[in-house]
Amino acid sequence: MKKPDEHDSHDQSHEHTHDKDMCRRYLGSLSDYVDGTLGDELCEELEAHISVCENCRVVVDTLGKTVTLYHQLPSPELPDAVKSRLYTVLDLTAYVPESRTGSEEDGQ
Amino acid sequence: MSKSDDAALVTRLQAGDQAAYAQLVEENASRIYRLALRMVGNETDAEDILQETFLSAFKAIDKFQTRSSLSTWLYRIATNAALMRLRRKEPEHVSVDEPIESDDGDFMPRQFFDFCCLPEEDLLRGEARAEMTRAIEDLSPTLRSVFVLRDIEGFSTEETAEALDLSISAVKSRLMRARLKLRERLSIYFSQGPIVSESRKP
Ligand SMILES: [Zn+2]
Repeated sequence: MKKPDEHDSHDQSHEHTHDKDMCRRYLGSLSDYVDGTLGDELCEELEAHISVCENCRVVVDTLGKTVTLYHQLPSPELPDAVKSRLYTVLDLTAYVPESRTGSEEDGQ
Repeated sequence: MSKSDDAALVTRLQAGDQAAYAQLVEENASRIYRLALRMVGNETDAEDILQETFLSAFKAIDKFQTRSSLSTWLYRIATNAALMRLRRKEPEHVSVDEPIESDDGDFMPRQFFDFCCLPEEDLLRGEARAEMTRAIEDLSPTLRSVFVLRDIEGFSTEETAEALDLSISAVKSRLMRARLKLRERLSIYFSQGPIVSESRKP
């Protein structure tokens, strides 16, 4: 695991020449980078940039982590009561599938 | 569901086969409900949208074009229903013609706390997940719909574009802005450390 201060040595010399325009230029590529769909050339440029720009390195890592955390967010279930009202509204009560007994956690 | 399975089901639906209607509902109701709940953030509205979606779909099934998949088509109906409801509830938030490329200034990262290094148990706590859910609800509906389809429901960029009637580049740009906003929000949240009452035992 990386610690936030591991790259500090790079940063000192970089700080005052920190080129916000450069960072802004890469902003539009970060989402594609995280998805692995960024073109090779831009990808190399971006990787070169984040090797010297700690802020962008953190943004890239935490952006990827944000997406991963949302992928892991548990999905809400369709409660049985909502499902049964749906079949009623749609006039399909004859086709209600066998209720899954014992799934109380659905009920909220 | 593959396109050929779809075609057979569509033929039966268009012929008014009740069992086919039931199959369509059975195969899609959970995902439609989930999408609606993520979009509107409350169970009552989500249930209304779920019902509206299938009622509209049944009415419009004759007009269904097999070039799109049935589930994408249902998602399109559901997302429109959700957006319409949000538009009624928070009209100041939803504008159909929100500029696709708004000022990037709003999206320039300001938080540089590296929460990747936090222990998994902090990142996955119930309290953190509640914050993640609130953060989705605070996105503008235009960003939220793209984010929910792409990153929560796992649609491809193309499927999302089709479901929302957007260009690929609009999907990508909105997804990027949604992700950056959520990253900002989670950075602030995680940089504040675990809530005392829930903090781990030493
Ligand atoms: Zn940078």
